[in-house]
Amino acid sequence: MSDEKKVQIPTATEIAEGAEVTKEMVQEYKTSGMEMDKMWITMGPQHPFSHGLWTLKICADGEIVTDADPIVGYLHRGWEKEVENRTYPKIIPMADRLCYAASMTYTHLYCMTCEKALGIDIPEKTKYIRIVADEINRLQSHLMWMAAVGTDLGNYTAFLWCSREREYWMDMNVRLCGARSTTNYPRIGGVRNDVYDIDPDLKDEDHSRFLRDLVRCCDHFDKALWDIIALIDNNSTFISRMVGNGIITREQCANLGITGPAARGTGVDFDIRRDDPYDNYDKVDFDVPVLTACDSYARYMIRVEEMFQSTRIIRQAVEKIRALGRSAPYRLKVPQNIPAGRTFCKLEDPRGESMMYLVSDGTDHPYRLKVRSPIFVNVSSSKYLLQGCRIADVPVIMAMIDMCLGETDR
Amino acid sequence: MMVYSSIIDWVTATWGTPVVLREFYPFADYNLPYHISMALWNIIGGALAWLINLLFPGNPVSEWLINPGTNNVFALVIFMIVIFLVAFIAVLISLWEERKVLGRAMDRRGTMIGMMGFLQCVADGFKTFMKDNVYSRKVDNMTYWWTVSLVIGTSVLIDCMVPLSSRWYVVNYDAGLLIIMGLYALAPFFILVSGWAQNNKYSLIGGIRAAEMMISYEVPMLIIIATACLLTGSMNIGEIVAAQKDIWYMIPMFVGFVTFVMCATAEAERAPFDLAEAESELVEGWQTEYGGMKWGLIMLADYLRGSVSCGMIVLLFWGGWNIPFVSLDYFLGPDAVNNFLYWLPVPELIFLIKGWIAFFLMIIIRCGVGRVRTDTILNLGWKVFMPLSVINLMIVLVLKVMGVY
Amino acid sequence: MDLTVREYQEGWENEIKSKLEAQFPGKLTVTKTETRRVYAQVDKSVSKAVCQYLHDELSFEHCATVIGVDLGEEEQKMQVVYHIDNYTLYKAMVVELTVDLPYDDLHIETVSDIWGGANWHERETWELFGIVFDNHPRLERLLTPDTYEFFPFRKSYKLRGSQ
Repeated sequence: MSDEKKVQIPTATEIAEGAEVTKEMVQEYKTSGMEMDKMWITMGPQHPFSHGLWTLKICADGEIVTDADPIVGYLHRGWEKEVENRTYPKIIPMADRLCYAASMTYTHLYCMTCEKALGIDIPEKTKYIRIVADEINRLQSHLMWMAAVGTDLGNYTAFLWCSREREYWMDMNVRLCGARSTTNYPRIGGVRNDVYDIDPDLKDEDHSRFLRDLVRCCDHFDKALWDIIALIDNNSTFISRMVGNGIITREQCANLGITGPAARGTGVDFDIRRDDPYDNYDKVDFDVPVLTACDSYARYMIRVEEMFQSTRIIRQAVEKIRALGRSAPYRLKVPQNIPAGRTFCKLEDPRGESMMYLVSDGTDHPYRLKVRSPIFVNVSSSKYLLQGCRIADVPVIMAMIDMCLGETDR
Repeated sequence: MMVYSSIIDWVTATWGTPVVLREFYPFADYNLPYHISMALWNIIGGALAWLINLLFPGNPVSEWLINPGTNNVFALVIFMIVIFLVAFIAVLISLWEERKVLGRAMDRRGTMIGMMGFLQCVADGFKTFMKDNVYSRKVDNMTYWWTVSLVIGTSVLIDCMVPLSSRWYVVNYDAGLLIIMGLYALAPFFILVSGWAQNNKYSLIGGIRAAEMMISYEVPMLIIIATACLLTGSMNIGEIVAAQKDIWYMIPMFVGFVTFVMCATAEAERAPFDLAEAESELVEGWQTEYGGMKWGLIMLADYLRGSVSCGMIVLLFWGGWNIPFVSLDYFLGPDAVNNFLYWLPVPELIFLIKGWIAFFLMIIIRCGVGRVRTDTILNLGWKVFMPLSVINLMIVLVLKVMGVY
Repeated sequence: MDLTVREYQEGWENEIKSKLEAQFPGKLTVTKTETRRVYAQVDKSVSKAVCQYLHDELSFEHCATVIGVDLGEEEQKMQVVYHIDNYTLYKAMVVELTVDLPYDDLHIETVSDIWGGANWHERETWELFGIVFDNHPRLERLLTPDTYEFFPFRKSYKLRGSQ
């Protein structure tokens, strides 16, 4: 199951006839799973720890995991092939279906790629609205992840508390787009509706109840998150499960292509929002948390800190939207056909670096559209994350990857 | 043999003698559930005998039905049912308590159907009984069925063995505590064998974890129980409770109490020590292959063992059915039978309420903690609980030597 | 290698462009540069060497994607596109390498020994386009079932219906 090439082990008769036995062969024999004390455990596709349909095969030596082999593809829909038959606007709702926890980031990324291919610059207000929408989705996704960490560690209080806080952001999402999960909100050249158009009785005023409630939501959330932190971070049963497992070095992490909070908890000081800014992320002020502890707890802390930073970003973006007012445009009229060329765009997904590569041929549908999913790469490194840990640590370490199968299998 | 003419005569005749003084009375002192059973049988058997006597006057069956020996046999059958039903309902109430308290702690309402959610337990029980009896064809048949039956059987047995008061017991003898602990410690062996028999890797790991866990908490737990026996000078549960009539053992043995609560949580396989059925990595651990009714009964057994743990906490540390500085002689004293309302189950309720309070403690622990790892519980058992229980023993020895106890 | 983090400066694109073109004369053409982006067309024979050079000398630590593109029956070729990121020396620079492969020789050297992250991308590109990555440790089907004997993302594979 391992990626290394296996040494051919001679059979007993061959050895009796004088075949040479090297040290590598003995080592291979010892590690090939032929002894009684090692067994391959197939976790999934229906397993409480796999948040979605995927399989993790682990080789356990007693309680110690010696090897792991993730198997994905149960949800493969041929997304990239399907979109080749659709016109550009028809792909927007399909992009929502890539990820159920933070669906807007993929739609945003898709629209951004098309805009870049068209060579247009979207209105200033739209950029801030997209920042707000992105951060709401990031908070939702991180809260869902935190709830999952609670269940993976055997505690349902954390799960329900996080789900409760997530509802506020879901409500904000519903106010903004009218849907909880599959939002269908960004458009090529703008967004579907202005934040000022949500309240019909406030037609002429330069005031948005949505923005007001958004700030209130941030205020509430900053306090409520401390409750959950008090539950988890002050509790040695959680901490002892997270500290010191799933350790890989910074170099390994960069080499294996791990991105996002998992990489920042491993010392990779990189955030696309800050280092390669898109939209107006360079005009808002926020910190990128980076820890060098390289274990699960560091990855946990990164995500918690990111939630605080998200509310900070939302507050600033709201101020900017208010300054621009109701009259500023929020959407451009764009041509149907995208000129021939190649474009790629990167975006900081809640889970890592997501990227779309568009090959356009001048017609109204893409010639090829490739999605780079962060989880697809992160999960491929599970072998290195899991080696040497205990079976009990497997859900915890994999929880820090924050699995989402819609985008992994596409 | 009395002349059987009417039920009124018969009832006055049988109820006239105190139950303790009757022929074939199986206990050494007064036993309330037996008395209740006898009264119940007197009504049922008496009515039957009277009806048959009406149809066939002077027949031998009626006489046989009201024979003292027959009465005793049937009363003992009813006695078993009464004891089990009370224990069972107490467990159902603790299950309901867990669901409600856990719900509130998690910012939801818990079960809401019927009698503030109590009937949900009954509905769930019926649901599991309705389910198909599914099992794998590749399991080791004998061990698969017998181990789970034994886990459930021993759990029911020990829960019935815990006395609710000095007049509500099944057996009352000097090694009572020992037999409860002996039966209690059996379950991990059955779990180990059962995990092996299921032909499932999760079950196997779960079973081995149960065994691994048992060696870590069982020793400190038994040391603490031995310390309590040492403090009393007896292994008889009644005497241990009587010894802490005014000062609960929680006060001299506080270290032991805290350790015992942890060990009892582990013994009942409740969070944070539910490693054997850790569902995030082992699906359902050793119970993975048991579905439907078997699973329902295993869950029931889990709660039965939880309530035994609470019962042990109450008996050893919280003064059992006594309240400090309050005399319960009206109900439990040597001449209590002569009192008007002596049959009110006040001491029993005190015991059960204390048990539910102890269970509340366990529920609160479950709300706030995650699951520990196997190496953590081994470390805890041998490096924390073990020294603490020995320290507890030292304190008790010092108290004994100084003559405080 | 010195791995101090440097913030973005103007002119990094041209610096990388000149370094790459000097290292692989005639085999590599930088087609376009944008802010933080360098686009290059690479000859198949040096693709691995370019990747090795980027990784070892210019500290490009992260391979974001390996993409397969089928250019269709007219052009009779496929392309493999690499996106390679930098975390330190040239922070946030992305180099896009495009390698042309003719239909009759769909073989390219693997880069999964340079960047572990490219491993699954190469497997995916193989199973969907049939581009063989030589010396890949485990070129097996990943997303599609093992029984598939065709490469579904090729342009020759038509979907039922509209196409």
